[in-house]
Amino acid sequence: MSEIKTIDARNTFCPGPLMELITYMKQASVGDTLELLSTDDGSATDVPMWVKKCGHEMIGSEKKGEVWHLTVRKAK
Amino acid sequence: MPRKIHIVCVSGTREKLQMAAMFASVAAACGDEVTVFFSMNALPYFVKGHKGEAPAEGEFGALVTQKGVPPFKQLFQQAVELGDAKLLPCSMAIDLLKLKKDDLDPEMGPPTGLTGFLTESEGGQLLTF
Repeated sequence: MSEIKTIDARNTFCPGPLMELITYMKQASVGDTLELLSTDDGSATDVPMWVKKCGHEMIGSEKKGEVWHLTVRKAK
Repeated sequence: MPRKIHIVCVSGTREKLQMAAMFASVAAACGDEVTVFFSMNALPYFVKGHKGEAPAEGEFGALVTQKGVPPFKQLFQQAVELGDAKLLPCSMAIDLLKLKKDDLDPEMGPPTGLTGFLTESEGGQLLTF
């Protein structure tokens, strides 16, 4: 299993966290798992919608304190 | 079939350019075919070397200068890099400003006239800022 890469987009505003995730997703290989850290509540709805639209896989979505941990697997 | 989103930027104020850039970057990154047409007061920000400092317009324009908000020029650039958006400078505005294509940022596409843009945007969604 490949290692999880964490993208720290805390304290950036929409669409900063989503664009950060997409930048890293483009560079990642199929099967890689990425964890996005975001303090923007909008990310919790925007990121899963983008993941679904682009055919990737949402692994987890959890808010720990003020920070959303959104875990995504690159599927194609 | 990807959606076709056409954005017209004519205002030179920060809050309008910011909103247009947000639409462009998110739509392009989601796989939509995005074309942005820049004219009037919006074009000078895309002359090489311009830092993208625009007058706020309203309270929100001031708020978006805070740390953590991606600047509009960066978002338009990401729209091109991540989603193949086309950024088209208005040929009339280029002529009036006495510019050449090479004077503009490298992300900017070919100078485009209204006839060309209207033909290209037929049948798609059009957003104006």
